[in-house]
Amino acid sequence: MRSRSSGLFLKGVSFSYTNGFVIRDVSLTISPGEMVGLLGPNGCGKTTLLRLASGVVSPGLGDVYLDGARMRKLSRKQIARRVAVVPQYFRMPFDFKVGEVALLGRTPFVRGLTGETEGDRTIVEDALRLVGMYELRRRYFNDLSGGEQQKVILAVALAQEPEVLLLDEPTAHLDINHQVEILELVRALNREHGVTVIAAMHDLNLASLFFDRLVMLKEGALFADGPPREVVTEENVLDVFSASVKVGSHPAAQVPHVVVLPRGARDN
Amino acid sequence: MRRRRRPSMVVAGLGLALLGGMLLACALGAVSIPPLDIVRMTLNKAPFFHFDQTWQATDETIIFQIRLIRVVAGALVGSALATAGVLFQGLLRNPMADPYIIGTSAGAALGATLAMMVPVGIAFAGFGLVTLGAFCGALIAVMLVYNLARVGGRTPVVSMLLAGFVVSAMLVAVMSLLIIVSDALQVRLHSVFAFLMGSLSVSGWSQIAAVAPLIIIGVVVARFFAFHLNAFALGEEGAAHVGVNVEREKLLILALGSLLTACAVSLSGIVGFVGLVVPHAMRLALGPDHRLLLPASALAGAAFLVIADMIARTVFAPTEIPVGVFTALVGAPFFIYLLRRTRREYAF
Repeated sequence: MRSRSSGLFLKGVSFSYTNGFVIRDVSLTISPGEMVGLLGPNGCGKTTLLRLASGVVSPGLGDVYLDGARMRKLSRKQIARRVAVVPQYFRMPFDFKVGEVALLGRTPFVRGLTGETEGDRTIVEDALRLVGMYELRRRYFNDLSGGEQQKVILAVALAQEPEVLLLDEPTAHLDINHQVEILELVRALNREHGVTVIAAMHDLNLASLFFDRLVMLKEGALFADGPPREVVTEENVLDVFSASVKVGSHPAAQVPHVVVLPRGARDN
Repeated sequence: MRRRRRPSMVVAGLGLALLGGMLLACALGAVSIPPLDIVRMTLNKAPFFHFDQTWQATDETIIFQIRLIRVVAGALVGSALATAGVLFQGLLRNPMADPYIIGTSAGAALGATLAMMVPVGIAFAGFGLVTLGAFCGALIAVMLVYNLARVGGRTPVVSMLLAGFVVSAMLVAVMSLLIIVSDALQVRLHSVFAFLMGSLSVSGWSQIAAVAPLIIIGVVVARFFAFHLNAFALGEEGAAHVGVNVEREKLLILALGSLLTACAVSLSGIVGFVGLVVPHAMRLALGPDHRLLLPASALAGAAFLVIADMIARTVFAPTEIPVGVFTALVGAPFFIYLLRRTRREYAF
């Protein structure tokens, strides 16, 4: 994989959908090669923030910059050559094979009529090998398990050879072994290839374990930003999630570990 | 496991099947004419060929003034409808988006009917007007159905079928009303009814010349959208993520599908289910990659309609069944089968 990194800069970004859903004046600098986790309850704007970062929606106020270039000035193709998005999951409407799905990651590079080159095919094969799905490349995507599908979806993004990788709760629907596998893969991409990673995360413990920097959102606004130990605290979780938890130390790593208290213990 | 075949071989094979079907359809009818004679008399039209005339002059008239017109019309309409079907299905991620089912054909028919009411003396110009009317009608109908059927950025099969049904019903009602109140249409009642049922009784070469270039260009241009149609399988947002300018491509693909439907409708009226049956069969045989699916469906659609029309006009000879009736008899049960089979994926 190509090793080049890009930073992302959100400057005073506000955004609202017609039904009033809102991002409020978020400013965020993400340096090239950083690995950032977005935290917050459902509806706090994690997904919207990722959509702004990928440029599929443009902010009502403020601007998003990709390495100094205003995102709204870039074409979809220009963005897709540098920024890849991994959605939670998708279903293919037709019987596409794994290899054919992964090839779609080359869309921003392929010319209309001639199709993919030998180089494109090599990149797709490498992406499939990286996620461990090369052996299954001739299987139908829709026949795979959820974990396998998620790896293929990751391979689509890797085939784009992205400088920035955006993930929307990539482990939400997976069993724990697949959750760890996907996150280890993403971390390896970040460490070894310098890919900038921003991921919306559901699980506070996995987020604390895998990300060096966490950003917590509350009702569309920035609430906390820093290393896990500063962000994942009992006060913050109570304030943002309205949940009483006990934050201790991870038994095997220098990161916070969140446990939910049983009903009787919460009042103390 | 199904093997994906070599694209060039598939296209060549289907092209041969189409030529064979056309030859057979020319040969069969009230008067049977040997296929070899048809080949010879056709080649005689081209330079460098001078076969001795072993056939009667009337045979030549039957071929060139009657049957070939009909066969060519069938091939054009079939390829246009099958291509439009693939375009709509790929864009809407929905294997049941046939121009007939989503109301595009009804829109085209209403547009064409309105154009027929405009008194124009010159046949050719009048026919161009009918195509233009059909195109406008098709585009308006498809936009209407698309916007009605859209739920949260997706086009679920149920809402699409309902929207298509409602829009079709409304358009056909308006058309019936027009037929009853308009004197201009009353005098052309027979051709208007043939139009509603879908028939390949095309009057002459001039009608074909008016739409053939549009259909051929449309089918070729569709191929340019193949890779992006594959990307639309990721969903509209997913397609945007891999670099597709979704709003622009969507408009272009809907317009192209509408143009092809309009050309088909202005030639043959409403022929249903071709755009459903043919792409589905091709997808089963060749896989969903639009780079092969588009040319294969165009050729197979052409062959399908030529053969369907041949059966429709010979089975109850001398009575000819409109080909639209025949395709509906074949296509509707197939549609029901598809709906039942995919029920699980498109949970209500």
